[in-house]
Amino acid sequence: MAYKFDFGAIVPHWQLLFDGVILTTELTVIGAVVGVGFGIMGAWARASRAPVISQIVGVYVELIRNTPFLVQLFFIFFGLPALGVKLTEFQAAVLAMIVNLGAYSTEIIRAGILAIPQGQIEAAQSLAMNRVQIFRYVVILPALKKIWPALSSQIVIVMLGSSVCSQIAAEELTFGANYIQALNFRAFEVYFVVTGLYLVMSILLRMGLKVLGNFLFERRRHV
Amino acid sequence: MSEFTLWDVVYNLLLAARWTVLLSLTAFVLGGLVGLLLLMVRTAGNPWVVRLVRGYVELFQGTPLLMQLFIVFFGLPLIGVDVSPWVAATLGLTLFTSAFLTEIWRGCVESIGKGQWEASASLGMNFTQQMRYIVLPQALRIAVPPTVGFSVQVVKGTAVASIIGFVELTKAGTMITNATYAPFTVYGCVAVMYFLICYPLSLFARHLEGKFRHVAR
Amino acid sequence: MSLVELHAIHKSFGELEVLKGIDLTIDEGQVIALIGKSGSGKSTLLRTINGLEQIDSGVIMVGGKKISERDTDLLALRLQVGMVFQQFNLFPHYTALENVMLSPQVVKKQSKAEAKQIAEEMLAKVGLADKMMHYPDQLSGGQQQRVAIARALAMKPKVLLCDEVTSALDPELVNEVLAVVRQLAEEGMTLVMVTHEMRFAREVCDKLVFMHQGRIHETGDPEEVFSNPKTPELSSFVGGLA
Repeated sequence: MAYKFDFGAIVPHWQLLFDGVILTTELTVIGAVVGVGFGIMGAWARASRAPVISQIVGVYVELIRNTPFLVQLFFIFFGLPALGVKLTEFQAAVLAMIVNLGAYSTEIIRAGILAIPQGQIEAAQSLAMNRVQIFRYVVILPALKKIWPALSSQIVIVMLGSSVCSQIAAEELTFGANYIQALNFRAFEVYFVVTGLYLVMSILLRMGLKVLGNFLFERRRHV
Repeated sequence: MSEFTLWDVVYNLLLAARWTVLLSLTAFVLGGLVGLLLLMVRTAGNPWVVRLVRGYVELFQGTPLLMQLFIVFFGLPLIGVDVSPWVAATLGLTLFTSAFLTEIWRGCVESIGKGQWEASASLGMNFTQQMRYIVLPQALRIAVPPTVGFSVQVVKGTAVASIIGFVELTKAGTMITNATYAPFTVYGCVAVMYFLICYPLSLFARHLEGKFRHVAR
Repeated sequence: MSLVELHAIHKSFGELEVLKGIDLTIDEGQVIALIGKSGSGKSTLLRTINGLEQIDSGVIMVGGKKISERDTDLLALRLQVGMVFQQFNLFPHYTALENVMLSPQVVKKQSKAEAKQIAEEMLAKVGLADKMMHYPDQLSGGQQQRVAIARALAMKPKVLLCDEVTSALDPELVNEVLAVVRQLAEEGMTLVMVTHEMRFAREVCDKLVFMHQGRIHETGDPEEVFSNPKTPELSSFVGGLA
């Protein structure tokens, strides 16, 4: 008996998919903005003259990069309550994404910072700028511009990774898909469509980040 | 609350970790073979093949691994293939790996200058000979560090397989947590075990990167 | 009291001792050239004066104050001592005007209007009033270096250090930069320059300092030093320039 595909069975549940897309987007935006912020701070810490700070951040980065995101998520959602920290599904998902992206972007941004020619730093030093001023005015924007493609890729990876947040019942797109296929027993059709949605989202996200990059790093002619 | 010692937890996790390692190795090797095949046909240059491979890569790089596993797991039975979590996980992770590896290796092959192709062509070599004797050996040296680096992603990817029911380290962690009500400890141990597998690979990749940087390119 | 005093300066890079006991004084308004072969330590010495290189032993006094390694001291030092680099080191993401305005605003906390005025003045002074809105990669090497000079001048330093400022320039662009340096010298700016432009050094400098293997071998009036070298090393250096 050949299987009869029935993609129409998804249509009545479109609202769930829509809500899932919204939530995935929310998770990604918050995760990306705060995660990159953490990354900038982490990269700054890695260049710190106090070796302890640099080492602590280094350990954090290696821990995150060498363990699966799913395990990090479970640890945050199921493990932290043992320390008295109870989070909602959404909070845990966002936190996991922030912590995860924070580690990767620390390394990515750090590479960008190290690529700034030493001469630029010396010129800024000779103009009596202190370390914070040098970081803020001379280093960070050119560094971000240089690594923007790599950072954008990582953000897309984190967005796709949000799919496993369904496992802690965060109501993002995969959760919606799980719910629908449990209702209409059309697992293949549902996941097929949802995969297509993720593909579209990742393409849009990549394009959006490219535009954002152009906007942030474009040369402005005003003074 | 049951009486479980830490050793009970660790022992059972270690048993499950064997499956993590097995799945990782299998997917990496098979994925590497498929990736190599895709690399060869792509490099041959037929525009339709190039587009197909590009699409293949973009598909696997632009969608979540979990979705890929679900589609394999729920899709195969529809065409009559009986699929266990192990088979689905292996197949899914293999395809995933093949897409990423072929893309990594494409970059390495493309960094081999045109001169090498032209010289070997003028010596009368056909495409397969060029690839086998001239291009691939050189590309291989450049490819080793990022390939080793990607192996870490494969190991981490096996954790997602737990969601389709494959019992590896993460799934064992969940099951043990349900029995012991000690998620902090259990998932902590799970994280440590992944770290012990992945960190040496990461260090090795970094070491290789450093070694090859000194080679003039 | 001299503007800059260096006493018994020693510096090593690992095993290699680069400065082997330097004594030097620089008075206000003096124009000094440090000359010598590559590896003689002249650039390293220059860079100790604004703290880009730390000394191992010895004393550096600028404006009567002893320099230490503390951050706050170095910042205060650099308000008085400016530097122009061989590779220009302009900030590529800012226009020429923004490059010159940046430090007055950020460090000296001057208002945007004030900083802009000073910047425009300095850029006009180096002859680049019409290139203010250009980015460094739109300027020639000589123009970039002149912007770099304007950028250093905008901080109103008491001493300007010039580290081989024409060495990275195509020959036809060297003169426009030397002209600016000459003008500064004539206006009474205290200048310390490491240079290979011997003709320029002879014309413009009050004092020539010849360094060899980490020591000062001879100092004196440029004409004297060139015509009557007292040591064989200087003779061969001068001879090699002919």
